[in-house]
Amino acid sequence: MVVAVVFLPLLAAIIAGFFGRVIGDRGSQIVTCGALALSAICGIVLFHGIMEQTVPQVQTLATWIAAGGVDIAWSLRLDTLSGVMILVVTIVSTMVHVYSIGYMAHDHSIPRFMAYLSLFTFFMLMLVTANDFVQMFFGWEGVGLASYLLIGFWYDRATADAAAIKAFVVNRIGDFGFALGIFAVFVIFGSLDFDTVFGKAPGTVHTVMNFLGWQVPALTLACLLLFVGAMGKSAQLGLHTWLPDAMEGPTPVSALIHAATMVTAGVYMVARLSPMFEYAPMALGFVGLIGGTTCMFAATIGMAQNDIKRVIAYSTCSQLGYMFFAAGVSAYGAAMFHLFTHAFFKALLFLCAGSVIHAMSDEQDMRRMGGLWRKIPYTYVLMWIGSLSLCGIPPFSGYFSKDLIISAAWASGSAVGRYSYCLGTFTAFLTAFYSWRLIIMTFHGKPRYEAETAHHVHESPWVMLLPLFVLAAGAIFAGYFGDPFFVGEDRVAFWKSAILVLPGHDSVGHAEDIPAIIARLPLIAAFAGIGVAYWAYMLQPGIPGKVAIHFRALYLFLLNKWYFDELYDRLFVRTAFSLGDGLWKTGDGTLIDGIGPDGVAAATRELAREASRLQTGYVYHYAFAMLIGVVALITWYLVPR
Amino acid sequence: MLLAPIMFYLFSAIAIASGVMVVSARNPVHSVLFLILAFFNAAGLFVLMGAEFLAMILVIVYVGAVAVLFLFVVMMLDIDFAQLRTGAMRYLPIGALIGFILLAELIFIFGSWVIAPSVSTVAAAPLPTAPGFSNTRAIGDLLYTRYVFAFQLSGMVLLVAMIGAIVLTLRHRVGTRRQVIAEQLGRQRTETVEVVKVPVGAGVAD
Amino acid sequence: MTIGLSHYLTVAAILFTLGIFGIFLNRKNVIIILMSIELMLLAVNINFVAFSVVLHDLVGQIFAMFVLTVAAAEAAIGLAILVVYFRNRGTIRVEDIRMMKG
Repeated sequence: MVVAVVFLPLLAAIIAGFFGRVIGDRGSQIVTCGALALSAICGIVLFHGIMEQTVPQVQTLATWIAAGGVDIAWSLRLDTLSGVMILVVTIVSTMVHVYSIGYMAHDHSIPRFMAYLSLFTFFMLMLVTANDFVQMFFGWEGVGLASYLLIGFWYDRATADAAAIKAFVVNRIGDFGFALGIFAVFVIFGSLDFDTVFGKAPGTVHTVMNFLGWQVPALTLACLLLFVGAMGKSAQLGLHTWLPDAMEGPTPVSALIHAATMVTAGVYMVARLSPMFEYAPMALGFVGLIGGTTCMFAATIGMAQNDIKRVIAYSTCSQLGYMFFAAGVSAYGAAMFHLFTHAFFKALLFLCAGSVIHAMSDEQDMRRMGGLWRKIPYTYVLMWIGSLSLCGIPPFSGYFSKDLIISAAWASGSAVGRYSYCLGTFTAFLTAFYSWRLIIMTFHGKPRYEAETAHHVHESPWVMLLPLFVLAAGAIFAGYFGDPFFVGEDRVAFWKSAILVLPGHDSVGHAEDIPAIIARLPLIAAFAGIGVAYWAYMLQPGIPGKVAIHFRALYLFLLNKWYFDELYDRLFVRTAFSLGDGLWKTGDGTLIDGIGPDGVAAATRELAREASRLQTGYVYHYAFAMLIGVVALITWYLVPR
Repeated sequence: MLLAPIMFYLFSAIAIASGVMVVSARNPVHSVLFLILAFFNAAGLFVLMGAEFLAMILVIVYVGAVAVLFLFVVMMLDIDFAQLRTGAMRYLPIGALIGFILLAELIFIFGSWVIAPSVSTVAAAPLPTAPGFSNTRAIGDLLYTRYVFAFQLSGMVLLVAMIGAIVLTLRHRVGTRRQVIAEQLGRQRTETVEVVKVPVGAGVAD
Repeated sequence: MTIGLSHYLTVAAILFTLGIFGIFLNRKNVIIILMSIELMLLAVNINFVAFSVVLHDLVGQIFAMFVLTVAAAEAAIGLAILVVYFRNRGTIRVEDIRMMKG
């Protein structure tokens, strides 16, 4: 069964990818959506099975590496954590596949698109069902590849190509940290199998290893390095620059990969490795710090963006920050819960944005929208649902997960926890603000687009709306129904051994013990945010403009994403390019080519030219040469005797 | 007897001086004349050594034939006076070096070697025991008996040289009339004489 | 002092070297080269005769005669070539004779 879940998407990808031209557009759509739907159904059935079982099931498929001390097999692990992820991935992926039928209906390469989507789903499923580090890395790299392919799907656009490369390169940096982490794990534990490593983890708390000449705590180092990988994949502060540019890809791609699944791989990884992280409090603290800072950082930028997709992208980045700082205070269950709900409402938001873009004939700038709510009412309502969920307004799902995270952060009592609480609450205010800014600018007010576009504004077809309804159902109900299992009373029975929370760190359990005002503050902040947005954009529309002028430096700072791209460009990109240029022109061109082929050729020519100067044409020169030879011979015979 | 050394040094000095002048004289005719002088002095050296036949042959052949030939050619070709170019000095250092090395080596060898005592017993053609034989007679004795083949061959060489020289330089000038005896003798009456009946007073039409 | 073998050989060596000089150091015309060759042959002849006298061996003088013969033949041919060359080229200046330049 689990094999079916994981490999059906691969099969669909292969069929659509290689035989797309044979079976045609409709054929590839049917194959991929059908396979994904089947996979999702199997996933739901599997999940029921997981609820019954007591220990994780591991299904070994084949041996991969058997060399020296390394013994790795292709295997699929089934426990609560992977079950939850399978559910999320397959359901959202199926919805996106169906949505893409409508959204990409006029594209030239539909089979390629569907194949890439299915391929991505396969890799993601390999990642979440991995039973050892190396297979997880395989899935990790695979989703990176699929992301690159999908971002650059319209490869004749230069911006898309650049964005795809940027995503891949930044991910690579994270992956380098991940790889180093895997090496460290192998050095410390001698094995790469999860069960073995988790079993030995408590014993290695005080192990020290040598890293670049310093003696560092081994487990902390390994966890930190692994987290760098998570930072890259989940676009945390420092390695986040690729996520906004990834919006160059088609909107279904943004919904699937950059909202629901790939970017959550980092959170999954930290949760999966909780048995290790729990014993490395410094690494956990770092995770929390990064998470908290990212969530506020991204929200501030999201406030100033004008592209509808970019606002939602920064929102994703910010919500991921929430998940990470939840993990940082050992609230893994809460992090996974938020991952679960976020997948639904963020995918919903993205696909609604896609609907808007589709209606506006590919216009993405919010400054040129407005007054759409009457024309595309379904999309409008769905957008409201998604935003309400995002901002954590009860009874929508986001409230259950997000508020819990913030409360758990305070309840943990640590400095990082308190820091994260403050930032998290402030961010809740910002989140509400930019969400309603988006809604108001897009749907309300006077239309700011030309009449020509106005003629084409139409509601999306049913093939696009149906997935949205499914996702909306998830956005509304997933929180209420999931709460007891993920973070409520049944959580221990739910998670079983999938995540480990040491007794002293149980912030989720203590989350209800915090003072009431602390618990309610995020909600108040969210309502405040909505209120401010309403006032600034509906009641007094001139205010944002005036603020932008008065606080011009701050506004530009936010608009330009805190100048991270410029900083990286100057620090790394230019250096790399000039190094590459130098090595190419000087190193390769002058030195190697000069000494090698060109040098040899030139030397041969020179030698020949010099040699030809001996042929002067004068016979007496030649005779002179012979004479010199004779004299030399005489001297040779004369001297040594 | 002091005459022999004096004559030797005299002949040698003039020969060497002439050699230098052959190479460095401006006027090519002067070069040839100095060459003739060198030959004469070499002949004198030969006489000193006791090879008088060779000395006379040198004078007759070299001076009388070869040097005169040189003179003919020099005067026939329209050679203008060559100015001594400074460019010539470019090769002087290295040429002088090589020449000096060669000379030094030769003298070094000549001054220091010793003739093996057994050589006199393996002479290829011992001098005639009878002291009354003149040099000419001795040479003739040897040349026409033991070395007659070489003698004939050298004759062939000379023949070939002569033919070669003629072949190389022969050219048919356009416009010169030559006698071809065979044609003259083979001329027919029909080609030369034509009998025409000419009326009185009228001329002969061509 | 008695004039011995080495004296004659020295004279011959000097003449030989002069001949060599003449070949390489002349810039004037090609006839100098031919004359230098004659000088060299003369030096060789002196060598032959000197050895023949010292070793009481007549073959040296015989051979000197042959050298003489060949020298004459070679001078004739050389001059013939020179004449033809002059007819075709119009010059016998040494610098101008460089058709074999590689």
